[in-house]
Amino acid sequence: MKGKKLAILSLLSVSVLIIGGCSSGGDESGGVSIEVPDIPMHEAMGEFEGELNIVNWSGFVEPAWTDEFTAQTGCKVNPRVAGTSDEMVTLMRTGQYDIVSASGDAALRLIVGGDVQPLNIDLIPNFGGEIAAGMKGNVYDTVNGKPYGVPIGRGANLLQYNSDVTGGAPESWDVVWESDSPYAGKVTAYDAPIYIADAAVYLMYHKPELGIKNPYALDQDQLAAAIDLLKQQNAIIGEYWSDPVAQITSFVGGNTVVGTSWEVLRKFAAKENLKTTLPVEGSTGWYDSWLVSSTTKNINCAYAWMDYTSRADVNGAIAMNFGMAPANIAFCASSAKAQAHCDEFAAEDEEFFKRIWPWTTPIETCLDGRTDVKCTSFQEWTNAWLTVKG
Amino acid sequence: MATGTKSRPISSFLLRNPRIRLIGLLAFPMTWIIGVYIVSLFLLLITAFWYVDPFSSLVRPGFTLDNFIDVFTVPAYLSTSIRTLFIALAVTFLCILFAVPLGLYMAKIARPWVRNLLAVAITLPLWAGYLVKIIAMRLVFTEQGFFNWAMAPFGIKGPGFSVPIVILTLTYLWFPYMALPVFTAMRQIPHNLFDASSDLGARGFMTIYRVVIPLIIPAIIAGSVFTFSLSLGDYLAARFTGGATQMIGSLIAANINLNPPVAAAFSMIPIAFVVIYLMVARRTGSLERM
Repeated sequence: MKGKKLAILSLLSVSVLIIGGCSSGGDESGGVSIEVPDIPMHEAMGEFEGELNIVNWSGFVEPAWTDEFTAQTGCKVNPRVAGTSDEMVTLMRTGQYDIVSASGDAALRLIVGGDVQPLNIDLIPNFGGEIAAGMKGNVYDTVNGKPYGVPIGRGANLLQYNSDVTGGAPESWDVVWESDSPYAGKVTAYDAPIYIADAAVYLMYHKPELGIKNPYALDQDQLAAAIDLLKQQNAIIGEYWSDPVAQITSFVGGNTVVGTSWEVLRKFAAKENLKTTLPVEGSTGWYDSWLVSSTTKNINCAYAWMDYTSRADVNGAIAMNFGMAPANIAFCASSAKAQAHCDEFAAEDEEFFKRIWPWTTPIETCLDGRTDVKCTSFQEWTNAWLTVKG
Repeated sequence: MATGTKSRPISSFLLRNPRIRLIGLLAFPMTWIIGVYIVSLFLLLITAFWYVDPFSSLVRPGFTLDNFIDVFTVPAYLSTSIRTLFIALAVTFLCILFAVPLGLYMAKIARPWVRNLLAVAITLPLWAGYLVKIIAMRLVFTEQGFFNWAMAPFGIKGPGFSVPIVILTLTYLWFPYMALPVFTAMRQIPHNLFDASSDLGARGFMTIYRVVIPLIIPAIIAGSVFTFSLSLGDYLAARFTGGATQMIGSLIAANINLNPPVAAAFSMIPIAFVVIYLMVARRTGSLERM
């Protein structure tokens, strides 16, 4: 009897929490309680272990800033570049790496799987007031109120278009989704299951009756609707892209006229007629953070690394090298060049990033706070994605 | 003993022990075949019966046939398998179509220096990297690429990245594996067979059909094993020159991190196709003459 009462009580308190979360609006992580393995956090800094093994995106770990870090701490940096979020997850699960620069679609998978540990923010003094407001406390790196990630930078998935063909900027994503698109056959889309969220963002705007509140919290019916939209899109796709170089040559070579892209790819393409825009529906984006392995042997080096790379100048160097908005916006004011970079990538423009849904791993717990249905997990997204291309 | 026949203890030991001699001969190849080849293949295939934990997406050992049921029941998977089979057959057919006349010309008609030149021309692309050749085909067939530029005066426009370009790219990649065995087989046909055929009243095409083709069938089968099985497993050609084309290899590549059991189940499909192909080839009796 006592157990039952307790259960009802805790259910009540959870629903109160959820209602509280909903009413507070913007703070998405507040309401949702996610079951995660209990892993203790690091209590106090100790001696440096002498090495640090990093899984990172290409361009995040370069001698230009690792040399100073090694000189300061004695931690030798061994980077391993990964090409996709899925590869990052696989590498981190080998247990051979201490820290990873994970995007949100990898982060929540690692947190829920117990592969990474909660962080003691007190030990990272540079993680403070100058981190962009929109990069703090997101559900992909802050779970049940516990921080798991230290933000590095972010970027939006924008609509890139060839202005010679389209004339002006398309106002809506409909040019890449609808069968009657004037650019049918010259459309590109991102080749990964997480792209399902882009379909969901479009449906949120155009089909409110589906009731999608968060593109990463889809129940069976909502996922089916998104897959139908993707299958419709498949008929007008010229090419899917996962390799950035292939995407650039596709736009430059004229095979693609419209499609999803990153600001940095447009910059690399270096063509006057290729432009990017954020359509009315908003979009998805990638927010990267450092996550520390739960089985690391080099915990002190890992904390020192997170603190060092949160410093405005180092964080800015990484952001400029990769081509994204830095997490530490104190960097922007440091020089005219830095300010130009921040403006180009909308680093300080929270209004812009409010229209971006950060990549987040879909899990069975509905991230929008619904408890009456089970949401579709990333595994279901993966299986569904493979049926799109047929 | 000091100046007598040289003592060769190892040789004489091996001579006295034929079993150890055999082990010595086979130790390396057997370690390779069993230890590396078979074991890793077995480990891969066994994964097909495992499943992925939906919560953490970790692979867990177990026994389920769901992955195979998926492969045969999901319409998108089925159509991908059929498309891949069609592409592999088309590539093989094109390779044969090009290799037979070329081989005949090289072996029987061309002057020696032309023959050598052609032999170099066929093998030269093998020296270039596989990925380089695919990217080269991609550049040739892009919208503003070489093909459309060269064909513009004739009003011809390329099909854009699609299945035909994938077939063309794979034909380009695997053609040497068909051309070389066919050429070698042609050279071994004695000249007087052509004379005999002609004396008996057969014209050119009849000679090719009744004399040449039967004699080079084993070479064609050998070449087609390469062109067919290499095409079945390829995914980079589809990725870079196929546009939205999906092949079995694309499905395996997409699943290798996300859902290894389904990827493993899919890797059985090309194996099954090749086994069926070899059994059909054996039925025709051409494997014995290889």
